[in-house]
Amino acid sequence: MIDQLVQSKLVLLGEMGSGKTSLVQRFVRGQYYENQESTIGASFFTKAIPEKHVKFEIWDTAGQERYHSLAPMYYRGAAAAIVVYDVTHPASFDRAKKWVLELRQNVQNPNLIIALVGNKVDLAEDGARQVPEADARTYAAETGLLFFEASAKTNVNVAELFDEVADRLPRAAAPQQPAGGIQLSEQPTPVPAKSSCC
Amino acid sequence: MDEAYDAIVLGTGLKECIISGLLSVDGLKVLHIDRNNYYGGQSASLNLNQLFERFRPGQKPPAELGPSRDYNVDLVPKFIMANGNLVRVLVHTDVTKYLEFKAVDGSFVFNKARVEKVPATDWEALKSPLMGLFEKRRAAKFFSFCQQYDERNPQTWRNWDLSRMTMHELYGQFGLDVMTIDFIGHALALHQNDAYMMQPAMSTVQKIKLYYDSMMRYEGLTSPYIYPLYGLGELPQAFARLSAVYGGTYMLAKPDVEVVYGEDGAAVGVTSEGETAKAKFIVGDPTYFREKVRKTGQVVRAMCIMSHPIPSTNDSHSVQIILPQKQLNRRHDIYVFCCSYTHNVAPKDKYIAFVSTTVETADPAAELAPGLQLLGKVDEKFVEVVDVFEPLADGTADKAFISKGYDATSHFETEINDVLDMYQRITGKPLDLEKEDLRKRQETQ
Ligand SMILES: Cc1cc2nc3c(=O)[nH]c(=O)nc-3n(C[C@H](O)[C@H](O)[C@H](O)COP(=O)(O)OP(=O)(O)OC[C@H]3O[C@@H](n4cnc5c(N)ncnc54)[C@H](O)[C@@H]3O)c2cc1C
Ligand SMILES: Nc1nc2c(ncn2[C@@H]2O[C@H](COP(=O)(O)OP(=O)(O)OP(=O)(O)O)[C@@H](O)[C@H]2O)c(=O)[nH]1
Ligand SMILES: [Mg+2]
Repeated sequence: MIDQLVQSKLVLLGEMGSGKTSLVQRFVRGQYYENQESTIGASFFTKAIPEKHVKFEIWDTAGQERYHSLAPMYYRGAAAAIVVYDVTHPASFDRAKKWVLELRQNVQNPNLIIALVGNKVDLAEDGARQVPEADARTYAAETGLLFFEASAKTNVNVAELFDEVADRLPRAAAPQQPAGGIQLSEQPTPVPAKSSCC
Repeated sequence: MDEAYDAIVLGTGLKECIISGLLSVDGLKVLHIDRNNYYGGQSASLNLNQLFERFRPGQKPPAELGPSRDYNVDLVPKFIMANGNLVRVLVHTDVTKYLEFKAVDGSFVFNKARVEKVPATDWEALKSPLMGLFEKRRAAKFFSFCQQYDERNPQTWRNWDLSRMTMHELYGQFGLDVMTIDFIGHALALHQNDAYMMQPAMSTVQKIKLYYDSMMRYEGLTSPYIYPLYGLGELPQAFARLSAVYGGTYMLAKPDVEVVYGEDGAAVGVTSEGETAKAKFIVGDPTYFREKVRKTGQVVRAMCIMSHPIPSTNDSHSVQIILPQKQLNRRHDIYVFCCSYTHNVAPKDKYIAFVSTTVETADPAAELAPGLQLLGKVDEKFVEVVDVFEPLADGTADKAFISKGYDATSHFETEINDVLDMYQRITGKPLDLEKEDLRKRQETQ
């Protein structure tokens, strides 16, 4: 029997440089770059977790967030959102909270899963931590978010994060769209010319 | 922002976003700016709170209307021809992957005080209550001619030269009566007035063909139109993302942005918040070029929230009704447009209807009455009169390429032609829609 993979749109949000792309690179390709370039342009990844019957379509911001110009279309139809902040950067935590608010205000899907991720936890040992874990955990619990501290660099909690999101997806993830949609890229259907009677 | 770009685009309306997307795909370095803190300009879709903010400042929407975020009310509502140029641009750029479309249920025409389905084919003509028995047969023959007409195949021409023969003469060849001509010219060919009658028949025959080909474009269509889920505001955002994916830079919320002109009068860049960005040329909507556009007229639109479909449209959840000018003793048609929760533009069981026309009198709101009468009971109504502008020059001399304002029609064909024309003026070449589409050049996997 062939297992049906449920396609789920997952969006990344968070301050520039918080490590959104690095987390996805780690998850999708098992790679990490010390000099990961700021994301402009190409920004779409897919990754299946067959054991969980999920295929994630992961959207990165394509740099539109840079000047606070992310289009709401970006999170339209999302099943899950990962909101990333940098544990060494308090401003990025504030920005993350704003993203959570914006998601709650704009996303119609009542089952949207939001995961809050404190990235770069590898730097915490060097005393660079600025956002206490307890603060973030409390905020996440109060707001109903999944919460992880992670490191794309040392591969801490990355697989766990995506696994947990996959587990929380509604099982029979019914298509959210009303039926009757049209695939525009389809070639025109050659219609048999009905004979006219005159 | 103190940087040099190939192109700066001002305003994130649909036309500007398409241009921005196409230029970025062509490899140009594009900076795209909007004075508002949201995408879409005039082509935005508003939620209920934004709608009240705009039309009833200080007033809260009544709770019966449902959650604000379930509303996506277009400021300029329009349907998309399934086989028209906008769809070809959408497919060509692969922007379709960001969007979902659904068919529009019905296309109707107002005729002798009744709302009737628009027949678009020879066999539909034979069933239509719009015409008597003999007229049906004449209309069927006319449709059959238009369907088969092929510019490149003389066998379909019947010895007529449609580049010379007027549409009036062609109608005459089939002996069609005035009422039939009225719905063909206005509800099928989508002309806004009767000036086309004395022009060569070719373009009108092509428009009728477009209507027919659109009906046939996807299986099961009951009108030639499609419309995106969540409203038209999705379209500019999708093209903006295309532009961003190809390296375009986006800045919203720049209320003070202004075009800078050089000594020779050509546009050289823009300023905002004390910073200047340079570019080889500037593209934008008329609101960014007040001194370079002229007002061509006004459009009046009523936006209505309702709890029922428009009567006498067979309970269609999405529908267009055209009220031809002649039937109303007017010079411009009135357009009625309705869509609903089935296109995710309103909460369950709510409908959004629009009535619009080109202003002809000093009391624009009253001009909408024949259209409003068709709607039945309305929960809320907002009326707006907007000026329509067009550029004074084509932009090649002053490097300011300006789009035209959005007209009163309830479809996109005129707007998309403006975009294709702008693209050609800017790049000096037509957009090659036949070229293989961009799907091959996927975003990185
Ligand atoms: C690498 C880089 C390059 C830049 N280049 C330019 C440039 O070329 N030209 C230029 O004009 N500016 C440029 N900026 C500045 C940028 O566009 C913003 O003006 C600036 O980031 C806003 O300042 P702020 O976030 O520190 O604070 P504020 O603007 O005061 O914002 C405070 C908070 O509100 C949020 N916020 C603000 N506005 C919005 C909004 N519209 N939507 C949602 N949230 C919002 C912010 O994210 C922040 O959390 C650049 C910034 C960076 C980081
Ligand atoms: N120490 C450490 N550095 C990291 C980690 N994750 C990312 N970085 C670094 O942080 C920088 C920014 O990471 P990105 O992944 O580009 O961040 P982003 O959120 O995608 O940034 P934008 O695309 O600009 O929005 C890069 O130099 C990364 O190498 C981490 O877990 N630990
Ligand atoms: Mg990135």
